[in-house]
Amino acid sequence: MSARIFVRVQKEPFDAPLEAASLTKGRSDIGAVVTFTGLCRDEGGALNALEIEHYPVMAEAEIARIASQAAARWPLEGIIAIHRFGLIRAGEPIVFVAAASQHRAEAFAAAAFLMDYLKTGAPFWKKQHFKNGASGGWVAAKGEDEAAAERWRAS
Amino acid sequence: MKALYFASVREHIGKAEEILAPPEEAVTVADLMHWLAAQGENYAAAFASAKTIHAALDRTHVKQDAPLKGAQEIAFFPPMTGG
Repeated sequence: MSARIFVRVQKEPFDAPLEAASLTKGRSDIGAVVTFTGLCRDEGGALNALEIEHYPVMAEAEIARIASQAAARWPLEGIIAIHRFGLIRAGEPIVFVAAASQHRAEAFAAAAFLMDYLKTGAPFWKKQHFKNGASGGWVAAKGEDEAAAERWRAS
Repeated sequence: MKALYFASVREHIGKAEEILAPPEEAVTVADLMHWLAAQGENYAAAFASAKTIHAALDRTHVKQDAPLKGAQEIAFFPPMTGG
């Protein structure tokens, strides 16, 4: 059975455990679910919130494309990828990915692949808002994120 | 064609989108960027580090040497920082 893929780009928060449970509801053939939740951290207490800008339509399409690549690469039963936009306060979730498969190796690999590609290929940009009222400007892209995505091309 | 600008590119230019009428000589994405950069100080600032700017044609990532062809929509943006 090919993987069921669910992609959402939304302003609202999400409930990670509820999302993960939806992958296995009514199923007894799935042996592994790996989930990842990315949160807005406060950078040592200095950061108040992140403002996430996105390119509507392309953001959904690009995440769906990445999810389809994961489904083509590993035998998966289900994939969920959710990314928020708008103002996200410290402590709130930003991104969620889940991969379900019969065995754990595929689910671990697919979840990592999804996050690595999502960070470098999905059109989202983060701007920092500090507690002292200052804007920290746009978050700079990290070379290590590009390297993390690149490793999947080599293997 | 419709142009969309995001994040720092949008802030430099001072608008999120506009309709462009580039000259016929603008064949590739890079040509269009070069032409845009000459449209004012705000555009020059947006494309100052042209090599780092990403482009998408009709919502698909493209390299700067990609032909514009009949694309309806082009987007310019800095490296992505989602996740």
